[in-house]
Amino acid sequence: MVVPILKQGHYLIATIPTALTDADLQDLRDGLVAEVGLYRSRGVVVDITVLDVMDSFAVRTVRDIAHMTRLRGAETVIVGIQPEVAFSMVELGLTLEDVNTALDLEEGLALLDRKTKRAGKGGEIRGT
Amino acid sequence: MGREPRRAVASDRPAAAPRPEAGAAVVVPGETSIPVRSDADVVLARRRGRELAATLGFGPTDLTLIATAISELTRNIVLYAERGQIVLKGIERNGKVGIVVVARDDGPGIPNVPQALESGFSTSGGLGLGLPGVRRLTDEFDIVSEVGRGTTVTVKKWKR
Repeated sequence: MVVPILKQGHYLIATIPTALTDADLQDLRDGLVAEVGLYRSRGVVVDITVLDVMDSFAVRTVRDIAHMTRLRGAETVIVGIQPEVAFSMVELGLTLEDVNTALDLEEGLALLDRKTKRAGKGGEIRGT
Repeated sequence: MGREPRRAVASDRPAAAPRPEAGAAVVVPGETSIPVRSDADVVLARRRGRELAATLGFGPTDLTLIATAISELTRNIVLYAERGQIVLKGIERNGKVGIVVVARDDGPGIPNVPQALESGFSTSGGLGLGLPGVRRLTDEFDIVSEVGRGTTVTVKKWKR
């Protein structure tokens, strides 16, 4: 199962269509990290609305996506974590503390707009 | 039959009959056995578990907790033992309905079980066994492991 990665302006959007194997998740990670460079993307949205399970491997891989794309200069936001999934993640002690999350695709894109706008102004906004 | 005895591990029956225990649980519907060989089986096992738990009447939160526990247990088999099986069944005890998940392999075994159960959540760095997490997700947790012989983890979740 290859997760399609859509390019929209300065952003990449990956909407996970169905339950993924570990290998599928790693392919998505590698694809996003590569395409951030290919398209000079400023932001990435990973939509995991359909995932009914986020186990330790999935959480780790999602966190890796966020960290690796950030090292490549793009902000990643994870959207669509379902209430039950959030509950099980907390029960498992799995967190995404330093990873951007948003309710859905719309909120995720709005978050990226704010983040990349601020980053684009660089030092200018310092002190405001 | 018996022509290739080594392939018999992937049968639909558990390798050994479940041991009776105190307050013996009564099996409700039939049991499902899923051979585990690759990471695709992780997805299959947790989907089957979710389906069975839904049939037993578990709510959406418990369905996710059960599926997540199965995911962790199945991945341990793939990572550490390469092959094994997941057995799923509905049970009833004292009027309460529950689900049992047995994760069985004949892999290398766990040298220090208490440590595997206490070693934090192991989420950040390396590949933790995730057993403390599985224990938190379920109501009853039992592990039997012998170095060189394999590991059997049995968990139960009761319907609230």
